[in-house]
Amino acid sequence: MLQDMTILSSVLSLLGGDGGRLLEIVLLSLGVTITAVVCAGFVGLPLGAGLALVRFPGRTVVIVLVNTLMGFPPVVAGLVIFLLLSRSGPLGGLGLLFTPKAMMIAQFVLVLPIVVALSRQTIEDLWTEYRDHLTSLGAGRLGSIPTLLWDARFSLVTTMLAGLGRASAEVGAILIVGGNIAGFTRTMTTSIALETSKGDLPLAMALGVILMSLTLAINGLAYGISRVGARFSGKS
Amino acid sequence: MRDTTSLLPLVVRDLRLEMEGRVLLDVPIARIQNRKRSVVLGPNGAGKTLFLKLCHGLVPPTAGSIEFTSPRSAAEIRRKQAMVFQKPVMLRRSVRANFTHALAMAGVGWSERRRIATETMAQFGLTALADVPARVLSGGEQQRLAIARAASLNPDLLFLDEPTSSLDPTASRQIEDMLEVLHERGVTLVLTTHDLGLARRFADVIFFFHGGRLVEENDAQTFFSSPQSAEAQAFLEHRLFW
Amino acid sequence: MLRRTFIQAAASALIAVGLSWSAHAEDRFITVASTTSTQDSGLFNVLLPAFTAKTGITVKVIAQGTGQALDTARRGDADVVFVHAKAQELKFLADGFGVKRYPVMYNDFVVVGPKSDPAGIGGSKDVAAAFKAIADKKAPFVSRGDKSGTNTAELNLWKAAGVDLQAVRGDWYREIGQGMGATLNTANAMAAYTLSDRGTWIAFANKGDLGIVVEGDKKLFNQYGVMLVNPAKIPTVKVNDGQAFIDWLVSPEGQAVIAGYHIGDKQLFFPNANDPNA
Repeated sequence: MLQDMTILSSVLSLLGGDGGRLLEIVLLSLGVTITAVVCAGFVGLPLGAGLALVRFPGRTVVIVLVNTLMGFPPVVAGLVIFLLLSRSGPLGGLGLLFTPKAMMIAQFVLVLPIVVALSRQTIEDLWTEYRDHLTSLGAGRLGSIPTLLWDARFSLVTTMLAGLGRASAEVGAILIVGGNIAGFTRTMTTSIALETSKGDLPLAMALGVILMSLTLAINGLAYGISRVGARFSGKS
Repeated sequence: MRDTTSLLPLVVRDLRLEMEGRVLLDVPIARIQNRKRSVVLGPNGAGKTLFLKLCHGLVPPTAGSIEFTSPRSAAEIRRKQAMVFQKPVMLRRSVRANFTHALAMAGVGWSERRRIATETMAQFGLTALADVPARVLSGGEQQRLAIARAASLNPDLLFLDEPTSSLDPTASRQIEDMLEVLHERGVTLVLTTHDLGLARRFADVIFFFHGGRLVEENDAQTFFSSPQSAEAQAFLEHRLFW
Repeated sequence: MLRRTFIQAAASALIAVGLSWSAHAEDRFITVASTTSTQDSGLFNVLLPAFTAKTGITVKVIAQGTGQALDTARRGDADVVFVHAKAQELKFLADGFGVKRYPVMYNDFVVVGPKSDPAGIGGSKDVAAAFKAIADKKAPFVSRGDKSGTNTAELNLWKAAGVDLQAVRGDWYREIGQGMGATLNTANAMAAYTLSDRGTWIAFANKGDLGIVVEGDKKLFNQYGVMLVNPAKIPTVKVNDGQAFIDWLVSPEGQAVIAGYHIGDKQLFFPNANDPNA
């Protein structure tokens, strides 16, 4: 049986003795995940706002589709990207398979629907409130998007955190497209999968503890910032 | 500073709004005159708010015309008017940013925005609140901000939907004073209200609505002393319930 | 505006973190599709640094089952394959995807099972008889079921034991479709038998109630081969650096590193690059 002390000592020895390699893995995980989530934010928030405001034929279909994609199985996403990026696939010439960039792309693809779907809902609700005022100011629907995105910023932080949660917990897709190469595409989650398969359950659990602590820290920080911000500019 | 070629008078003809077969608004003819204080009266559901929204261009009519005097582009017409809503829309920003945002939307440059915002806040006693989040203001302060924000856009024509509803007497008084200031400045005001006292003190012209129809357009004094329509008579005697 | 500056600073910090990994990207590297057994046994942890120190070439290892590793190479996503299933390797060569097959080393498989030993095969040297006993008693057995080298070897052993799996398979035979480590975890949890390469077994940390029940049969030898992916089929293959890795593996120096890898006092892999029949 696993002993708490074994896990604890594994955590400590990870942080202490082999700290360099652990740091590398943590930095890579954070780097890939945060880059993917930030990119998904830059693309997804305007898209979500656009989807909330712009009426076009087939809009309902797109909304249902995006909501469905929120539950896109990561392994399927990974496989599709694998086939695209493979040397014999259509994008093989880019040589991206088994690189951190491929993992970023996979996570981007997984996070984007979450950002689009949740921000669409948020922006649509805010639009109902702001509509008359913004129309009166002559902003137009497209012109209203920046105002709405900014004023929904505290709700959108939660949206981005949901995306971050999906990305940082994800293992299926990045294992396939990253290849879990030691020192290059090995992240927290793929390390956990690997150590589990090596039967080193305390080490796997220790990595899990570190991953969860990091996730908790990021979420706590973001929540704190958004709460302080929300209080500063009036409850949202 | 003020553009001398006014938009007004605004003439509305055969204006109708229908939704799902029901006539929500029916205005054969109405004339909003330059620098006259127009007050729109009528019981709940009479179409007062809709009338304002149609005139302001927020809701497209089913039929009829809304014509301003000097022919201008639609964008120019939009810039020369503003509207304050019954429940004022407060952006999730500071009081100052609520001004600068509206001014930015109106195409005012960066430094000019800040100057106008500061100036307007000073005029309407909002300077102390400049950095306070707009959404934590009291109801009266929010209403003042909404009116001042609209005023900062320097409109010819300002629509106000129930500007004093749900305010205590002091706050109502402040709002009324603001409206007087704007009137003095030459802004044409069109407002709806349930406050007959305010209407009596303030109005030059009364538009009386009932059941979606404009029943009577009359000089305020005449309206209150000898209303032409039976509905208006009933309304003034508090006998009109629907 | 203070807030604006803060947002800019936060944004650039995020992007800096996001891009920090790109600093790790080495210029000169090859991609090797290999097996979970070589990785999980820890051999690569000593083998690769020695090679990189000598040549400056970084080796990126994708650890998969042999079948999947060969498939990765077929798609052009690896420069070198380093696997252990001779028949599949020869087919890979015959299909024109490999240049030449070099034998590198062997280790051996062991049959692992619970201490209770329901099939009563503990201490046997005859793996075929042991497999027959497992099938007869319908004792739980966990199979990789993933077309890996180990899986291929296991299927051959059933054949050698005269067991027709299709006919006798039932609840006792579990194909889990995962790597060696996961298979051992499962065997431990189910108190089942399984076939493992010795290296992974020794390095495996969650042995629980499991132990070696059969070892030492010639049939359990597990030969590793290495091949450069054919540049005539896959033009992007890094021929020079890939061949350099192969040449080093079969060189006396590389062979010595393989022979020198021990866990505790146990040697895991036995170099045999000079054996033309391996």
